[in-house]
This record gives sequence, C-alpha cells and structure tokens, in this order.
Amino acid sequence: MSRAELAGQDGRFAAGADGTNPGGAGAAAGGRPSARRVWPLFRSEVLMTFRRWRTLALLGVLAAVPVLVGIAVRIETGGADDGGGGGGGPAFISQITNNGLFLVFTSLAVTLPFFLPMTVGVVAGDSVAGEAGAGTLRYLLVAPAGRTRLLLVKFAGTMVFCLAATLVVAVFALGTGVLLFPVGEVTLLSGTTVPFSDGLLRALAIAVAVALSLTGLAALGLFVSTLTNSGIAAMATTVGLLLTVQIVDTVPQLHAVHPYLFTHYWLSFADLLRAPVYWEELLRNAGVQALYAAVFGSAAWARFTTRDITA
Amino acid sequence: MGRQPSAEAVIETRGLSKTYRGGRPAVDGLDLSVPRGSVFGFLGPNGSGKTTTIRMLLGLIDATGGSARLLGEPMPRAAGRVLPRVGALIEGPALYGFLSGRGNLRRYDAADPTADPRTRDARVEAALERVGLSAAAGKKAKAYSLGMKQRLGIAAALLQPRELLVLDEPTNGLDPQGMREIRSLVRALAQDGTTVFLSSHLLDEIEQVCSHTAVMNRGRLVTQGTVAEMSAGARGRLSVTTPDGADAMRVLKGHGLSDLATAESPEGQTVTGELPGPGEPPGGPPPDLADLNAALVRAGVRVRAFGVTRASLEDVFVSLTGEGFDVAG
Repeated sequence: MSRAELAGQDGRFAAGADGTNPGGAGAAAGGRPSARRVWPLFRSEVLMTFRRWRTLALLGVLAAVPVLVGIAVRIETGGADDGGGGGGGPAFISQITNNGLFLVFTSLAVTLPFFLPMTVGVVAGDSVAGEAGAGTLRYLLVAPAGRTRLLLVKFAGTMVFCLAATLVVAVFALGTGVLLFPVGEVTLLSGTTVPFSDGLLRALAIAVAVALSLTGLAALGLFVSTLTNSGIAAMATTVGLLLTVQIVDTVPQLHAVHPYLFTHYWLSFADLLRAPVYWEELLRNAGVQALYAAVFGSAAWARFTTRDITA
Repeated sequence: MGRQPSAEAVIETRGLSKTYRGGRPAVDGLDLSVPRGSVFGFLGPNGSGKTTTIRMLLGLIDATGGSARLLGEPMPRAAGRVLPRVGALIEGPALYGFLSGRGNLRRYDAADPTADPRTRDARVEAALERVGLSAAAGKKAKAYSLGMKQRLGIAAALLQPRELLVLDEPTNGLDPQGMREIRSLVRALAQDGTTVFLSSHLLDEIEQVCSHTAVMNRGRLVTQGTVAEMSAGARGRLSVTTPDGADAMRVLKGHGLSDLATAESPEGQTVTGELPGPGEPPGGPPPDLADLNAALVRAGVRVRAFGVTRASLEDVFVSLTGEGFDVAG
C-alpha cells in the first residue's frame, strides 16, 4: 500500500508518491458528499446501531407488545366474537378475533403514541451526543467524516431504525395474529371487503406510513443531540419533549396549535384502511413531518457545523 | 512552489488565538512552524493551551483569531482534503466499547471518504500488526487495558500512509516496554518521511525522539527551535568533589565560573558552578575541562570527583515555564 496506489484510486494526491508530497499540490476539487463517499459510513452506522445490545433490547420490547396484546385478546374473548365496535380500547382491537391481520393495526396503534417514539427518541438523542460523550466524535471528524456528511448519516441511520422498529412491531403482530386468530378476507373501515393479499399490502403501506410519521421526531432528536455531550441528557430531553407534545395534543383548549404538533396526525395511518383511501390527513401528516425535518434538520446542521468539539 | 519540500512547514500558524466565551485567551497569538520531516515535541504545563492548539489545527475548534495552515492548506477550510493525509491521537484514545478492536478500526476507516473499502481489511490488519495488537484484535474494546486502548488509538492514526502524525501524549498509560515500542515506532515513521508532531509531558521522551521542540506557557509560545539549540542554550554545571572546598572555589572563580555553591557531601565538599559560555570572557576561548582539573591539582586541591552535568531539557523547560506546580487558570 503506497501513496502512489492511493493517488491512483482517488485522483486527489496529485504529487508525492515518495511520501514528501508538498501539500498544496493536491488542491483538486474536493468536498461534495457524493453517494459513493457517504455509503461506507452509512453502512457502518447501520451495522453499528443493530449490533448494540441496547438496540436489540429496544426492538425486543417492541416485539413483545403485539405478542402480549394478542395473547390478552385471545384469553379475554375465549375466541368468541363479541360483535364489537363499541367496546372501547385501542383502535381495531375488536376486529382482531375476526381477522388476525387486525392485530398489526392494533399493535401499531398501541405502540405509536409512546413505545415506538420513545425508542426513536433514544436512538436519535444518542446519535451525536453519545459519540461526543464517548469522545469518538472527534476521531470521526478528523478521519475526516465531514460534519454535514456525518449528520446526514446519523439522520439516515435513525430513519432506518424507525423503519426497522415499525417492521418489528408489524411482523411480530402478523405472526401472533396468524397463530392465534383466523385470517382471511379483510373488511375495510369503509365496509368494502378485499382479499387477504390486499390486506397484507395495506399493512405494509401502514408500516411505512408509521415509520415516516416518526421523521419529525427523529429530526428533533438529532437537533437535541447536537446540543450536548451527554447521550443520556439528549435522550431524556427528546423523550420529555415527546411526552409534552402528546399531552398538549390532548388538551382541547390548545386546539389552535394541534395541527402543528408532530404527533397530531400520527393515527391517520388508519385512513389507508379505506377504499378509496382518505389522503387528506395522511398528506397533512407527511407535510408536518417534512416541516419538522426541515426546521430541526437545518437547526441541527447550523449548530453542528459551527460547534467547537471539545469533548 | 519554489521552495524545497524539506524546508516547507507542515504546520504553520500566524497569530492563532482562541478565547473561550468570557475567559482569558486559551491560545494567544501563536506563531508555530513545524518543518517537514521533523519530529516535533510540543511542550507545556497542563492548561497551557496545547490541546486547544491541536484541536484548532485539526479543525475541531474554530480559532477566534489568526490562521492555521496544515500541509500547506488553510484549516479548517481544506479539512476534507488535508485530514485524510493526517493521522491523529487527540487527548487519549476514544473507542466504541461494544465493538472489537478490529471493529473500531473499520468504523474509523469507514468515516474517511478517501479510504478504499476494498483495501480496508488489509490496512486494518497492518495497523494492528504495527502496534502489536493482532492477537487481541477480536476482543471487545471495553475489555482493553489503558495501554491497549492507547495502541489501538495509534493504530487508527496509521490506517493510511500519512504525511503528518499528530500524537497527543502517545505513551500515556503504557508500561515501559510499550513506551519503548512507541518511541521506536515514532522513529521508524519519521525515517519513512512522516512528520510527527508529538505532545508530551515526558521531557526525556521528547529529548530522546524529537529533533525540534516548542514550549507553550499560558497560551503563548515561549520558544521554538531544534532540541540541540534548546539544550545548548542552557550551560552545563561543573561539579567537583574535594576535601578542600574553599581552595577549589577560589580556583574555579579565577577561571570564570559563576554561580558557585558548596554543599557538604559524604566524600567531603561538592563545589558546583556554571561554566562560562562560548565567548566569555570576550575574545577568550572557553576553558578546557582538562585545564581546569590541572589548575585545581596545581593549586593543591585534592579532587575526588570531577564532572559536568549537562542541563536537561527539563531544566530548560522549568526555566521557561516557572517552577510553580499550580495549573495555569
């Protein structure tokens, strides 16, 4: 491995195969984070996230929720149909006994208010602050990962976790539902009946919609994470903000701000279970998430690219 | 660039300053010049601004004044071009405890956009080999001892062929054997043409491996130059052990020694004095030690021991930064 070989691969080190490259010679165009340059770090980030016991424990908790809900419904109803609808409880819970696929929708409705976003808060809050606290951030930056590139990778990694977490809930719910309850044609909220395969596709679409619903929170967590050198503090702040927003969303007197809360349209995913699909709230949700991602993404970038790394 | 590469400065700062919010300057008008190919010892008491300087050079901290150039390019603007050619160990190693030693190096290598993923495994193994960690490469880094972590940190700095290595306290936490290995590693790297910028509080270490040195105190550069110049700046002290202390003093004084002192010792009295520097007295040659000894004997002084203690870098350092033990605040 000589510098000459490196020069060949990279085209940046114009001169100096003898190890005495006089610096300025390599002043070729540099710096735009192209896909080729981002990919290895992104891959490393994702591998590292899912290699941590903490991540696996969070996913384990998420996997346990649908299993517990399924078993509870099974025991409670003894397999008999209570003709449901007015029984209260989480959305779709009364339909589970007719069709195990509804356990997917119930589980997402149960985990979306807190469990799912809390795990995202942990991963997003720890993303930069954890590296800073451990001191690894300075080595990534002198590698040089590049501050913008690192932030993009951290955000993308968090989004991968959002999708994985949602899919874990959905897949375990589907498995439990199929094992404990009958499955078959799906009666949608609008009364139409569609084949089971159509129902499965809608379940997948709902999982993706739920994962995208977490974008705003991921951006918020990333921003908080750039403010501190303590991963724990960033996680706690992010989860605290989530709880606050959820509480504000339930106070009727504050209805004027509700449409701007990133949690407000979270349950809009149910509209994918209509034929035709009601797009209005789904699109509003997408809009709110995009807005949060833009605002807090920019704030995180502004903060992180100008900050002194002293840890 | 008409200059010789060897004469070119690898690190060059002009009036580099950093003032943290509401404090006195941590680094104040630093003009540092590190020649290519040197092993540069960067000295200073705790809190003198060494680490802040290193962080500014590497683009981790923004300077509040002045400018810094690394490998001829402005920092932090050219960080993306310059830093792949720089390896660094900053304030001790930082590792992912849940990854193996090998996993840590892969992670850091993946963060370098110029690193070729196809050669990654080979380069990681070579770096592990170079610091003697191959056998422990599969262990989780949290199970590493301080010395092993230090070695892994140095391995991370050696993942690519570098033009400049910035090593902040590289022998911290190492056993004597490890220190020797790191010193010989530094020498070997320097022989390959890598410039090594070494910060250390172990002065004999600097004296052993460094060609150049600079001393910081309270955010300012006190001196910089070659190690030989620095040591030469401080004169040696002559030490004579004899039962005839008073006569010895008289003779030595007559030959131009200054700052004479007598101390009682088991073998009689030990007279010490500072040898005159070159050109003192003006015009005259510096006294030959053999002549001094002969003069003592001629004057009837019975000499039991006779020798010169060279000023160590430590003496120079203390004379420049003061004796005080208190951290500069």
